[in-house]
Amino acid sequence: MVSQAHKSELLFSGSDWDFNKLSRVYDEIEAIGLEELRLDIYPVQMEIISSEQMLDAYSSVGMPLMYRHWSFGKHFLYNELLYRKGARGLAYELVINSNPCIVYLMEENTMALQALVTAHAALGHNHFFKNNHLFRQWTDAGGILSYLDFAKSYIARCEERHGLAAVEAILDSAHALMEQGVFRYHRPPRLSSEQQREGLRERLEYEERSFNDLWRTLPPSQESDDTKTAADDDAAERKKSLNLPEENLLYFLEKNSLVLEPWQREIVRIVRVIAQYFYPQRQTQVMNEGCATFVHYTLMNMLFDRGRINEGAMLEILRNHSNVVFQPAYDDPRFSGINPYALGLDMMQDIQRISTAPTAEDRDWFPDIAGHGDWRDTLLDAWANHRDESFIRQYLSPRLIRKWRLFVLADGADEPHYEVASIHNERGYGKIRSALAQSYDIGANRPDIQVVDVDLLGDRHLRLQHVVKDGVMLEGQSRDATLRHIRNLWGYDVSLAAIDAGTGAMLSERWTKEL
Amino acid sequence: MPIFIDRRLNPKDKSLGNRQRFLRRARDDLKRSIRDHVRTGRIADIDREHAVPMPRKGTSEPTFGDDKESGRRQHILPGNRTFSPGDLISKPGGGGGYGSAPGTTESEDDFRFVLSREEVLDLFFEDLELPDLVKLNLKQILSFKPRRAGFTASGAPTNINVGRTMRNSHGRRIALRRPKQAELDAIALQIAELEAKPASAAMSERIAALREEFDRVERRRRRIAYVDPVDIRFNRFDPQPVPNASAVMFCLMDVSGSMGEREKDLAKRFFVLLHLFLTRRYERTEVVFIRHTHEAKEVDEHTFFYHTESGGTVVSTALEEMHRIIEERYPVAEWNIYAAQASDGDNFATDSERCIELLDRKLMRLCQYFAYVEIIDERESHIFGSTENGTSLWRAYNAVDGKWPNFQMRRIAAPADIYPVFRELFARQPDLRKSA
Repeated sequence: MVSQAHKSELLFSGSDWDFNKLSRVYDEIEAIGLEELRLDIYPVQMEIISSEQMLDAYSSVGMPLMYRHWSFGKHFLYNELLYRKGARGLAYELVINSNPCIVYLMEENTMALQALVTAHAALGHNHFFKNNHLFRQWTDAGGILSYLDFAKSYIARCEERHGLAAVEAILDSAHALMEQGVFRYHRPPRLSSEQQREGLRERLEYEERSFNDLWRTLPPSQESDDTKTAADDDAAERKKSLNLPEENLLYFLEKNSLVLEPWQREIVRIVRVIAQYFYPQRQTQVMNEGCATFVHYTLMNMLFDRGRINEGAMLEILRNHSNVVFQPAYDDPRFSGINPYALGLDMMQDIQRISTAPTAEDRDWFPDIAGHGDWRDTLLDAWANHRDESFIRQYLSPRLIRKWRLFVLADGADEPHYEVASIHNERGYGKIRSALAQSYDIGANRPDIQVVDVDLLGDRHLRLQHVVKDGVMLEGQSRDATLRHIRNLWGYDVSLAAIDAGTGAMLSERWTKEL
Repeated sequence: MPIFIDRRLNPKDKSLGNRQRFLRRARDDLKRSIRDHVRTGRIADIDREHAVPMPRKGTSEPTFGDDKESGRRQHILPGNRTFSPGDLISKPGGGGGYGSAPGTTESEDDFRFVLSREEVLDLFFEDLELPDLVKLNLKQILSFKPRRAGFTASGAPTNINVGRTMRNSHGRRIALRRPKQAELDAIALQIAELEAKPASAAMSERIAALREEFDRVERRRRRIAYVDPVDIRFNRFDPQPVPNASAVMFCLMDVSGSMGEREKDLAKRFFVLLHLFLTRRYERTEVVFIRHTHEAKEVDEHTFFYHTESGGTVVSTALEEMHRIIEERYPVAEWNIYAAQASDGDNFATDSERCIELLDRKLMRLCQYFAYVEIIDERESHIFGSTENGTSLWRAYNAVDGKWPNFQMRRIAAPADIYPVFRELFARQPDLRKSA
């Protein structure tokens, strides 16, 4: 009886927060989260910061430690201006994919907001970081902070030794290629040197064993053919030795550039590692925010149902919640794209609904999850094993498409009209779903640029290739500027050829010589 | 329970290093922006915070990005109410579009941000290739102001410090055991009591002893004064030299037709610079603008720089006007008077004599400093650069220059020439007073 009475006590009242309340609320939220939602999280480290510190964190890509670069100063000025003008509020929280998971709380928040933020970041995001396969495979949550610490002091040392300008030049160039500095499809080749040696030895052995002098005596086929194949073979051999084609330009430059000093190589590597660290976040925006929003919404309602927070706090929480998940229609002046919080939350609540109260349509579309009752399992599985693109492809239901009244607009640059391609009807569901999924596929949407060839023994001319999909070319000015940056890192001529994905025809070629 | 860390007390300005790097990067553009501001703004406005547009050059961060004007793409949008498949919607002209279509959101490059006062000055002075002399702080002692400086044993009665005096007196009285009035009263009371009783030998002996005691105490009280001259302390005042707190700066400019945009711009920079020096040194700085053709007039700043007037050139009118204003409003005892004159050097030959006389007889005695700049064409600069001859005004002023150390003259053709005029001023300042 006593414990019952204790249980229904309010966790807090009033809007002021203190560390006792924060800690009490966190413990309660964590207990419910682990028990009811079966979340699995890193230990949490909560840091209280002021609004200025939040601006600081914003401008250095949200990391608590970052090396110095002018572009961060520029972003700081921009964010500060928006904030001062009141055009944009600051985020209530910032969460860092690290172990322990660092959650920034703003000191200005009320206690109700702190509770909301705790559920959102310390539970929701934290669970996602720890369990999603992309984060598990590609980022090292335990090591990122110490790596950044290293990066910061390393770059500061370089600035002292080689001068600000030299370091800045390398950072500028490397930053320009951050988008092209990630491995999209395979992890970086990480053979230990022993394994490497072993492999080399085996290959030699095989060549010795299969050597047969007879091959030499074969009559040459036609003369012209022969020289061509020889040149082709050369090229093929060359490409093979450099692992070409290579999509990760920063990696290629770091390993193969002939003009970079060791410290410059290390800086390029630092930028590449940071780019790679953020790559999963960019692929899982909808899921990450959706997961956090779903978790805070569910947990806060549970707390309210158990009488642990009062109506006033709940009202404040709901008000903030609905601001976060507000999605205006396309013709609303406030519209600025699809809100990942709203889409994520709606899809996850839809999964909950499909699992517990499916309609006939749901049974047709989702035979494996419809009505099987355990929505927690389905969600945990989705959070662990999907990224935005696959999540939408798998789980966007016709009902949600109707609710959102989604439609697809086809836009050809050379046509005077947009054409409505699909709407929320029987014929459109599948198309809308795959189009939306497609739009979240970072790998497919970003320009596909690869290193295709370079003759290190010849003119060392670096050939890049841009595979043009749907006729979408690169924007000229920034392309030229970026090429200049590549040339800085490579040291010799660079050319970028635009190749049509369908026909394989070369559409244009740009040389750094022409710039 | 999670770990809590309170970071609110951490040092601020974590991003200061980034800001400095950014400003250094954008220096050229910022300099241009400050320069425009100098050209259009008021003289006194330079020395404060100031919003500048985000420079574009050098601060773009290029990446490979899609060209929005090419290819085919799809937009997925929420909120369809009226469309059916196959509907055609005409594209809005001039960019814009439906949401995710390009160009609806504010770009990060179009914003203004605020430079602090120091940053503005830094950029402004760098343009003139100034060394750090602005911070040089030469005091010019012109008057003394009494300042409290402890206590002294001698002084004028008006300066007696009562508190301190009484404290001393109290201490002395305790140390010398001056009997209190109460002691005296007690003895008198005792005597009165005894006298009231029937007389006896023992009694009268006792009374006599008491009277003696009474006299002794009273004598002692008289000998040890309540307040003795040695107790008295006076507030001490030190005459503190103070730089005269206010300065007036006269800007004189020839506005006849021969002064074009470029000349006025250079003149303005010259005035701005002098103003900056003065505001650094004086609490209050006033600026008087006098422009002249063949007659001189005091005008406001806007008229001074932006209105042209036609007429001849008689420089002495401006000097007379300046003298009149000094007599009328700026007594030399209270004001430090600085004058800066800009001209292209044209003057009536006969008038130059009059200018020499005015300066020599009157103005140079009143002014702390008189700077004359002659704005010449850049092509002429290497011809006239160092020679003695030149325009009529130049030759006339040359005579004054030799006589008065606080007179400066210089030909300028470009902004970078302006600064040396002031370098002279600062280099000579210390011995200026001796010679004056």
